[in-house]
Amino acid sequence: MSTAQLDTTTPTTPPGTGSSPTRGLGERSGGRAAKDLLAKVVMWLAFAIAVVPLVWILGSTLVKGGHMLLEAQWWTNSQAGITSRREGGGAVHAIQGTLIQAVVTAVMSVPVGVLTAVYLVEYGRGRLARVVSFMVDILTGIPSIVAALFVYALWVTTFGFQRVAFAVTLALTLLMIPTVVRSTEEMLKLVPNELREASYALGVPKWKTIMKVVVPTAFSGIVTGILLGLARVMGETAPLIILGPYTKVIATDLFGGLMATLPTMINQDRTEALQPALDRVWGASLTLILLVFLLNLLGRFVGRFSKVKS
Amino acid sequence: MTTSITGRSTIDDDPHDADRASTGRLGDRIFGGLATGSGLLVVAIVTLVGVFLLVQAVPSLMNNDANFLLSREWSPSGANPRFGIADLAWGTLVTSVIAMVIAVPLGVAVALFITQYAPRWLSRPAAATVDLLAAVPSIVYGFWGLNIAGQYFEPVAGLLQGALGWVPFLSDQNVSAKSTLAFAGVILAIMILPIVTAISREVFAQVPTTHKEGALALGATKWEMIRVAVLPYGKPGIISAAMLGLGRALGETLAVLILLSTLSPTKEWSFSIFNGGSTFASKIAGGASEFDTPQKTGAYIAAGLVLFVVTFLVNAAARIVIERRKAFSE
Repeated sequence: MSTAQLDTTTPTTPPGTGSSPTRGLGERSGGRAAKDLLAKVVMWLAFAIAVVPLVWILGSTLVKGGHMLLEAQWWTNSQAGITSRREGGGAVHAIQGTLIQAVVTAVMSVPVGVLTAVYLVEYGRGRLARVVSFMVDILTGIPSIVAALFVYALWVTTFGFQRVAFAVTLALTLLMIPTVVRSTEEMLKLVPNELREASYALGVPKWKTIMKVVVPTAFSGIVTGILLGLARVMGETAPLIILGPYTKVIATDLFGGLMATLPTMINQDRTEALQPALDRVWGASLTLILLVFLLNLLGRFVGRFSKVKS
Repeated sequence: MTTSITGRSTIDDDPHDADRASTGRLGDRIFGGLATGSGLLVVAIVTLVGVFLLVQAVPSLMNNDANFLLSREWSPSGANPRFGIADLAWGTLVTSVIAMVIAVPLGVAVALFITQYAPRWLSRPAAATVDLLAAVPSIVYGFWGLNIAGQYFEPVAGLLQGALGWVPFLSDQNVSAKSTLAFAGVILAIMILPIVTAISREVFAQVPTTHKEGALALGATKWEMIRVAVLPYGKPGIISAAMLGLGRALGETLAVLILLSTLSPTKEWSFSIFNGGSTFASKIAGGASEFDTPQKTGAYIAAGLVLFVVTFLVNAAARIVIERRKAFSE
């Protein structure tokens, strides 16, 4: 592609492949060719620069935290009774907390998100639809710390409840809904209208058409969106700091007591100057990155089975 | 097209046609009601966020003895609370601007690389790689920046301060380079790079082939083709990508909280980007442990309200730019 472009003697190359048949227009001047080359170099460099932090951050986390994940106790023990001075213990309390909160968040945000998308694509007309769509965009842009403050103002200040894991999932739900809405909306739009019409023509009611024809057709795409949305909220830390204090022991109660998560585990130990604590920070970071990547990969994998393609 | 929300063909655009499919059966009414209800719920949530923050911020603001917008003080407790957001606004502005200055050109260049320059086999993996940057949690960026990458910023900062230290923006403030607003901005740039790239990429991929072929047929080099065909077409997309990136940078919390060294209240005001400081988000997160009285909490909520309004405006502006582009391209 690139060499063909500088070659002015290939007028037979079809257009759009990067070649420019300049025969008859005179030779390209040196200055223009140099600029073209410079632009090309700059673009390649830009990509190289963008890759550096990713490789670097993954590399350092792997090198510094990898050995923690290789110990069996990392996956079986909690930090109960272990001070930051001592080595040992695991992250199972934090991993479990992160997963529990992720599942609860998904359970709350998926119905609202998918139904809102259904409304926007299948029902919404006129001003209300435009307002809803606008609000979804605004929700997309709400910083996680503001979502956390809102839940704090609602849950703690107004209702007088304690800071518990459920409050965290409420904040995460706010952050996940717009991602689910947008991705589901995209997928529903891709479902060919002929399918809907064929269903209506057979006398199937609209709601059944949506449930049995439209949503199943877009299903794997919707699941992809959900998994990617979940991956996004899993690494969120700000709501956890405001609403979900850390604890070293295994806890499963959403409405009482504290529940540990990987981000708060990192946050707990990051200020320590002691090596065992720092090891745990890197280990927890790596675990969290792996979880998020795994969800991303899973999402993309499921997307491959999509019946509708963008 | 009047109802461009759906983007579907004209068959359903007429409201009467659309309703004909819905037969008024119980199931239809329930399901339609649920869908509409969810939409309304989203509207309600956003409204409630604004209302709740406002209601809880007002009492504290009324008690505030200092000018909320202009004061640099932050002592929200006691009988005569004094707090203002001048420092926070400055910190947020500087870090976000630095992030934008780095991430927007870089993101656009990466998007051009992916859509115009990369060989076919590399294009998709390249896009996925940049997307992966978004998968690294904020807190990991902060910890990594402070403990690993930060030391390499010292010589850069030293060089700038040595050569251009007489410029007020670049003067030395005796703050460790990795804890300065400048470095926080650099880390923010890495964090918003994926969103800027993803949106620019999307618009560049939509540039009509006829525009590009037309430019090439007139003898343009590839770079000239990009300048006359791709960039003008993608301009609104780039603007909205930049604004969405800005929205993200404004609210980014943990990375900034970990990196920035907070200023002592007695330190003299400086315009330098090599100073410490706080952003709205980092101040709120840093104060999470002292939400004990309504007065104190209200002060932080007031700061959160300002952040909410600013991000709201930025995102709404981005949305309007995108909408306008849609209107032109259809």
